[in-house]
Amino acid sequence: MGTRNYKRKTSHSESGPGDGGKTGSWRVERPVHDPSLCIPCKRNKEACFICWLFCPEVVISRTIPPKVNLEYCKGCGICAEECPTKSITMVDEAKFTEEDKDEACISLKTET
Amino acid sequence: MHIIENGNVAAAIGVRLCRANVIAAYPITPQTPLTEKLSEYVEAGEMKAEYIPVESEHSAMAVCIAASSAGARAFTATSANGLLYMHEQIQWAAGARLPIVMCLVNRAVGAPWNIWNDQQDSISQRDTGWIQMYCADHQQIIDSVIKAFRLAEKVSIPVMVCYDGYILSHTYMPFDVPEERQVDEYLPPFQPEYALRPEDPANLNTVTLPDVRKDVHGEMAHGYMEIRYLLQEDMRKALNVAAEVEKSFAEIFGRGGNPYLEDYRCDDADFVAVGLGSLTYQLRVSVDTLRKEGIKAGVLGLRYYRPFPDEAIFNALKGKKKVIVFEKALSYGYEGALASDVKSALYEYLAATGNLPVVQNFITGIGGREIRTEDLTKYFRAATQSRVSKEPFWIGLKL
Repeated sequence: MGTRNYKRKTSHSESGPGDGGKTGSWRVERPVHDPSLCIPCKRNKEACFICWLFCPEVVISRTIPPKVNLEYCKGCGICAEECPTKSITMVDEAKFTEEDKDEACISLKTET
Repeated sequence: MHIIENGNVAAAIGVRLCRANVIAAYPITPQTPLTEKLSEYVEAGEMKAEYIPVESEHSAMAVCIAASSAGARAFTATSANGLLYMHEQIQWAAGARLPIVMCLVNRAVGAPWNIWNDQQDSISQRDTGWIQMYCADHQQIIDSVIKAFRLAEKVSIPVMVCYDGYILSHTYMPFDVPEERQVDEYLPPFQPEYALRPEDPANLNTVTLPDVRKDVHGEMAHGYMEIRYLLQEDMRKALNVAAEVEKSFAEIFGRGGNPYLEDYRCDDADFVAVGLGSLTYQLRVSVDTLRKEGIKAGVLGLRYYRPFPDEAIFNALKGKKKVIVFEKALSYGYEGALASDVKSALYEYLAATGNLPVVQNFITGIGGREIRTEDLTKYFRAATQSRVSKEPFWIGLKL
């Protein structure tokens, strides 16, 4: 019990996901993605990735389709704001089921 | 080798011998000649260090924090309002546990503007988590700088070496300059526990939550409270480390003694004056005068103010009739901070015996007001005869 034997006497974070805790719980809106509007998805080529570039939490992958790690996404909405084709929309977290909430790294899909 | 130089040069030679890697400072009277001397050493190639002239004291300490985090031996110096301007970064250096050494050339703080000596500047930084050493002569300045680096690096706590502006900084006295090889033996190159390296990145002193939490490896890491407790714990332990630092200093350099206190004719004394810095040497003259009159007087100078050597103070003062604390600083609204601390130490150890000495507090030399030895003697004598005042009594006040 306790942190007596912890290796440091200061606050010292090494690089790695989530040193500040699972910040996904802060989210009130979730980014939802429509691949039919997304440039790399439509062309099936590495392109655009503005969402990946702008995400301040580095939780969007540079993949086709881009994926969001919801364990750490704070729901800031910068990706939705920056997407040139408006393929990302922010949706109230209350609209998702408990199951969805626990799932990490889910692919973005259009809400039906 | 014995030389005759001023106190600022004594400090500069000490820093040079300690091979500080980074010096960042902003000039302020009466510290200026110290940093000028260091910049001369660097410019002339006599010292291999990065001298970083900054635009403010806040930046000077910020540079020292960065340099120390990267594993460099870092030094700065300041006085009075420069120290106050650093205040935020001073606390940071302590919380970040960086072994920075700073010379603090004591000067009165504004307002009103005043460049002369008192100790309000360093005393006002008492609670920042820095170790504070006080020097009474030039030999103690150079020796304390060397000890300060060793102590700071052993306990990972920054150290402030305080000495009186003008009285020590600008007067000339003979002192011994140790050999380079002696200092190299005493103070090996700084080996930090962790130093910032591009291949091993880390985020230092990040937001720390009120409670403990798991780090990125799943280990429970400290909360803010644990980190601050460890600083307090290590500050108290630093008293023991200071004793070791003093002992090994004596072995290599052939001088030293009591790490915490410097007493003069205290053994059989009934009345003991307590103080910090050069004032305690001046009080020796008063002690000699009072002794000739048959008054058993003595004087006790503190080498360390933080961590407070409470047990050593109690041992030195137990059985005394009166304790007279002379101070060049004040906790406004109450009394001298040192007087409160001395009372606290006496109470802790003696309250149960019911045999507590009376403590009289004198304030003197504020803003460079001349401290006349005959005045010190007069009030010291008066305090041995009866209680002068409950409130701190200001010697030399002309209201």
